[in-house]
Amino acid sequence: MRRRVVITGLGVVSPNGMSVPDFLHAIRNGVSGIKFIPQYEELKFTCQVSGLPEFEWEQLRNYITETSLYGLKGKAIAFGIKAALDAWMDAGNEIVKEETLWETGCVFGSSVADTDVIKNAITRVDAKESKKLGSRVVEQIMNSGLTSYISGRLGLGNKIISNSAACATGTQAILMGYEYIKYGMARRMVVGSSEYVDSYVFGAFDSMRVLSRKFNDQPEKASRPMSMSAGGFVPGSGAGALILEDLDFALARNATIYAEILGGSNNSGGQRNGGTMTAPGSVGVIKCIREALANANTSAQSIDLICGHLTATIADKLEIQNWVHALDRKGDDFPLVNSLKGMIGHCLSAAGSIEAVAAVLQIVHQFAHPNINLEDPNPEIIDLISANNLPTTMVNKEINVVAKANFGFGDVNTCLIISKYNING
Amino acid sequence: MDRTTILTELKKVLAPYTENKEMLDGISEETDLVKDLKINSANLVDIIIDAESKYNIEIDLDSAEKMYKVGSCIDVIIDKMNLSA
Repeated sequence: MRRRVVITGLGVVSPNGMSVPDFLHAIRNGVSGIKFIPQYEELKFTCQVSGLPEFEWEQLRNYITETSLYGLKGKAIAFGIKAALDAWMDAGNEIVKEETLWETGCVFGSSVADTDVIKNAITRVDAKESKKLGSRVVEQIMNSGLTSYISGRLGLGNKIISNSAACATGTQAILMGYEYIKYGMARRMVVGSSEYVDSYVFGAFDSMRVLSRKFNDQPEKASRPMSMSAGGFVPGSGAGALILEDLDFALARNATIYAEILGGSNNSGGQRNGGTMTAPGSVGVIKCIREALANANTSAQSIDLICGHLTATIADKLEIQNWVHALDRKGDDFPLVNSLKGMIGHCLSAAGSIEAVAAVLQIVHQFAHPNINLEDPNPEIIDLISANNLPTTMVNKEINVVAKANFGFGDVNTCLIISKYNING
Repeated sequence: MDRTTILTELKKVLAPYTENKEMLDGISEETDLVKDLKINSANLVDIIIDAESKYNIEIDLDSAEKMYKVGSCIDVIIDKMNLSA
């Protein structure tokens, strides 16, 4: 029996929306969440803009117990808790108090444990005050901190996995959750990823000279995927979460079904054939996309929309070239392409999950969100796939199948094939 | 400083660590931090750190191990305050 895996809940903490309805409104209307950060000017960063969610600790008050909230300092953990619990409630689930839900697990990723919390530990220990660190530091600097908070709050008893694959973390988490359900190891999975880019992580990227630096005075213009004037990415923070379920499990509890995951692939180019620590190799990317289609039993021709990785670096052109080769489609016969990063920047490990939430919303509400800041598309990209396929305003269109991909440092690739839910499969 | 004053002050120190606010209001020297107030035993170190800072005292590990009831907390705090006086 081939199990089907459906998406029944969504949660998001995004620079342009703190809830799914706000986020939906923002992505329909091309609302930017990129802002100037005065602290980054003081720190002499070349890039002084970022996508930061409008988060306040008070927002978590109804999500975790008061004693748990007291002493919680890690923002990546906070974003993840909010997104995951929002998704859980959105799926119509309750928070059970006593039981363990053995059939439900969690795969939630991040790129680094919260370095602000680690900094506190370093400062205290170096000042010979380790005694004052208290009991709440370890749980927040361990890589599995976030999944421990989520699974503890929801009482999850299946696999609890904290994954990490740089910018492919979010889509990898979703694919892992999908696989556990598909192969019968779990019936329901809470999946997603979270990122808080604090000044230490930001500074390290800034030093690599891969960030946008020419739009510090026009923050909303700073993230420009696929444009001629794209000069680097804008780091963003946030979290995205999805509830995945075995179709039968979802039907048995009369869940609302948003979409279906038909399949996907996660591979690495092995840092060979042009792939490096920092750049994805074309061979691996093309193989990943083709395997995703094969695994999903879907033809390249049926893809309506590509929600790309497309960060606003010189790699954008290469990515489009890879999609052209992988799908064997080009010019006018190419799917629509959009990049959420124009609005929220590149949320690193959270990119895949926030962008997957956007992909599902575009299927549910049948539209393609605009590519903002694409006034000057790169002519080499236009040569490949024609400008008609790069919407700059929202397009209402039948969207049945979306390809969502992310590519991360270490030459790791993930591609998901997500479809509108059809009762007959 | 008398025991009643310290007991009243301890309510504020303990407040962030217990969900049971009603029980906290009515604590006595016999109240057990873990059994009665349902404080996570891992958080006892945080309570000790907070008490050290509030009373400007140092609580050694051996004394800390005695602090499982409100009364024994008061004993240790008074003992250490006398030392530093």
